[in-house]
Amino acid sequence: MKTEETTAAGSTITRRRFIATAGSLGIVITAGSFVPKFLMAKDGEEIAIDPQQITAWVKLDKDGRLTIYNPAAEMGQGSMTALAVIIAEELDADWKLVHIENAPVIPETYGMQWSGKLGGPMITAGSRTIRGYYSNLRQAGAQARYILMYNAAQKWGVPISSLKTEPGEVVNRDNNKRMTFGEIVAFAKIPDAIPQIAEKDMKRPENFRLIGKVLPRFDVPLKVDGSAQFGMDIQVPGMVYGAITRSPVFGSTPTLLNENEVRETEGLVDIVPLDHGIGVVANTFEQALKAKRKLQIKWSDGAKAEKFDSEMVYADYHNMVHDDSLKGKELLNTGDAANAIKSAHKTYDWEYRNDFLYHARMEPMNAVVSVAADGKTAEAWAGTQAPDADQSAIAEVLKIDPSKVMFHNCYLGGGFGGRQVEFSAEAAVLSNKVRRPVKLVWTREDDLQYGSYRPISLQRMQAGVDQKGNLLGWRHYIAGPDQRLQGGAVPMAYYKIPNQYVELRLTDHGVRTVYWRSVSHGPNKFAQEAFLDEIAFDQKIDPYQYRRRMMLELPRHLTILDKVATMCNWTTAPAKGRARGIACSDYGGSYTAGVVEISLDRQSGKIRVHHVWAAFDAGVVIQPDNAIAQMEGGIVMGISSVLNESITFKNGKVQQSNFHDYPILRMADAPESIEISQIPSSAPPTSMGELSLPLMGGAIANAFLKLTGKPLRHMPFTGEKVLAVLEG
Amino acid sequence: MKTSFKLNGKQVQVETAPDATLLWTLRDTLQMTGTKFGCGVSLCGACTVHLDGMAVRACVTSISMVAGRSVTTIEGLAEKELHPLQEAWIEEQVPQCGYCQSGQIMQAAALLQANPRPNREQIVSHMNGVLCRCGTYVRIVKAIESAASKSEKQ
Ligand code: FES
Ligand code: FES
Repeated sequence: MKTEETTAAGSTITRRRFIATAGSLGIVITAGSFVPKFLMAKDGEEIAIDPQQITAWVKLDKDGRLTIYNPAAEMGQGSMTALAVIIAEELDADWKLVHIENAPVIPETYGMQWSGKLGGPMITAGSRTIRGYYSNLRQAGAQARYILMYNAAQKWGVPISSLKTEPGEVVNRDNNKRMTFGEIVAFAKIPDAIPQIAEKDMKRPENFRLIGKVLPRFDVPLKVDGSAQFGMDIQVPGMVYGAITRSPVFGSTPTLLNENEVRETEGLVDIVPLDHGIGVVANTFEQALKAKRKLQIKWSDGAKAEKFDSEMVYADYHNMVHDDSLKGKELLNTGDAANAIKSAHKTYDWEYRNDFLYHARMEPMNAVVSVAADGKTAEAWAGTQAPDADQSAIAEVLKIDPSKVMFHNCYLGGGFGGRQVEFSAEAAVLSNKVRRPVKLVWTREDDLQYGSYRPISLQRMQAGVDQKGNLLGWRHYIAGPDQRLQGGAVPMAYYKIPNQYVELRLTDHGVRTVYWRSVSHGPNKFAQEAFLDEIAFDQKIDPYQYRRRMMLELPRHLTILDKVATMCNWTTAPAKGRARGIACSDYGGSYTAGVVEISLDRQSGKIRVHHVWAAFDAGVVIQPDNAIAQMEGGIVMGISSVLNESITFKNGKVQQSNFHDYPILRMADAPESIEISQIPSSAPPTSMGELSLPLMGGAIANAFLKLTGKPLRHMPFTGEKVLAVLEG
Repeated sequence: MKTSFKLNGKQVQVETAPDATLLWTLRDTLQMTGTKFGCGVSLCGACTVHLDGMAVRACVTSISMVAGRSVTTIEGLAEKELHPLQEAWIEEQVPQCGYCQSGQIMQAAALLQANPRPNREQIVSHMNGVLCRCGTYVRIVKAIESAASKSEKQ
């Protein structure tokens, strides 16, 4: 069995050692919040690294090949390539010679920037990867470049100031002599002191060669020939397969009623009871599934979720947001909203609802864990958003130190929030019991019914306006479970609105909830934007102009809004039977505005989104085509969730089970075109992955209002609900 | 039970349970993991392969059905160079997470086999059974259109 002392699959770096590629010389160049240190290794030599002090980001070989270590999970967002581009830009690398490897799981060194320093958790979430690593990785690249120039200067006996770099080469400005980076590696020495490179000595955005240019993603070729390794694809010699039946009502505990019968299943290796389910391990996955199907389990009574009915709960929420004796958590309070509304010329007071949502990542949860015969070490493979947390969870199951768990992060077949830990911990329990490598696979039904969902919520929106329809006061009450997931997305930095008050009234139903792409932005931006549109509609003001009025003093935002209005030809009416809706949103320091064009089948109530336009400002964009892909993906997932998706609970049990009753958007219902425009900027990069999705709820509701004169206030806007609204 | 069939042009024989599916036989017995598991019940298309040139869902294809027939997976779609669709997929930078893309490409390849110059509606109706959660549909259509127009020019 492999242990921590061997290398990660195909990797030249581990928690403890850096291994130079055989037959060449490598330099590990380090950076981060610590005093930089540099290491060299010759011909396959292995050298110890001290994870407390060393942050290895790149390795340069004699043939010029540059390996860049990727600290983030690659789940489709493309940051694996973008992070490498940031280093390569400042290093002035020849992109053709760049190769990307996953960094080992060492949060102390590769962890996300957390309160200003690297070394936080290795979590890929909240669209923080690029903004969180940008300045440190530029520094790493700039210092690596310094070392190369320093060595070339020594060799030629010239001052370093007489040198410059061109892609992959150091060039002497005076005589145009050149040396490739690979040639330098052959004699390179690490200078005694490596200066911290000041911002003014780094490349200016207008001189970027790689950042902001269209470079193909590193992982794409592996994803068109089937060779990319997802957690699901890992094969380990001697591996057996696990499956688990988990609590249908979260919190209930199992008693297996027919152990003997299940043990007779062909190929069965073992039955493993867990707190939240019964696991079976068998020689093949299909045998494990057969054993799983045979399980007869009695579930304990008394779980908190047992009586929960998600369709009934809206009535409670309605009461909660109208009960003046309640006081929840204040999320925003500027001016005096209550009085401003009371004394307004006209007031509005509406409710918006959002059902639970499921992630529906195409790759169901899974993990391979191999616990050593003595139980003292383990090796594990999974696609996770937080490999260090998975590593710790496995260690906790085995009661060993996390450093004894060699964890390999794999490509993730979708992340979208909260894909981490529990599958790894479960696989560790199974493997620990059978002391063989176990591949645990969740079936689609397992994944859907034991999901952790975007929580249900109800939003009560109140506003008061003056005679011209200008907002004087704004109140927003949110009711639902899980503060982490409900309390964001409240400020609207892109609108000037006086007197705002926002309050969260929490509930708890004992069901599982977790981050879901864009988190609170999905429901809260829907409520804000749909409500604004209804006010504009009532005031007979064009919804674009209405938003514009609130942006007049905010030029950055106005640029985005005007851009999208131009892109879609807002002032020209769409074809008959079509209507457009507009919405604004933000995420993690980025801003966007979008327009959808819809039609409606009045027989079935089905809404069809034909075209989408969006403009965004996310600061410097590292990989523009990939940023566009993220906008497109968020739009499609947004439309899917807004039109079709709903998880409902009855007696604490999820009522849906697979894609027939949890339909995610198919190609026939995807927009015919999505047009994205990036507003150029030299500000530091901000978030991309969750920016566009929150536009869809508002924009679609607003287009529907325009088309029919009726508001949609409950997501998803299924045919059934739409028909009810049309009749109502 | 022993079953013989052609896999990506080579004769193979596998020993499985009689009710084994092609999907898990490919993935676990033959260690060909390019074909993905997404739903297990023919709802998502992630497991799409070709059986005698037709796109089928491997998760609901029993191993007995493939005896003596020819199966092509993403690993065997192209021999030396990439298939024009794979090239177009790279050109358009279609994949995000990539998990659905083997199924997408295999489904598209069966279409072009039967209809080298499909129009947009034909593409959409043929591809509709293959889900993509990352939302790459717009690029998939572009990639198929571009592969089709390129092969027509040649
Ligand atoms: S896994 Fe076969 S169609 Fe989903
Ligand atoms: S690329 Fe992720 S599911 Fe299609």
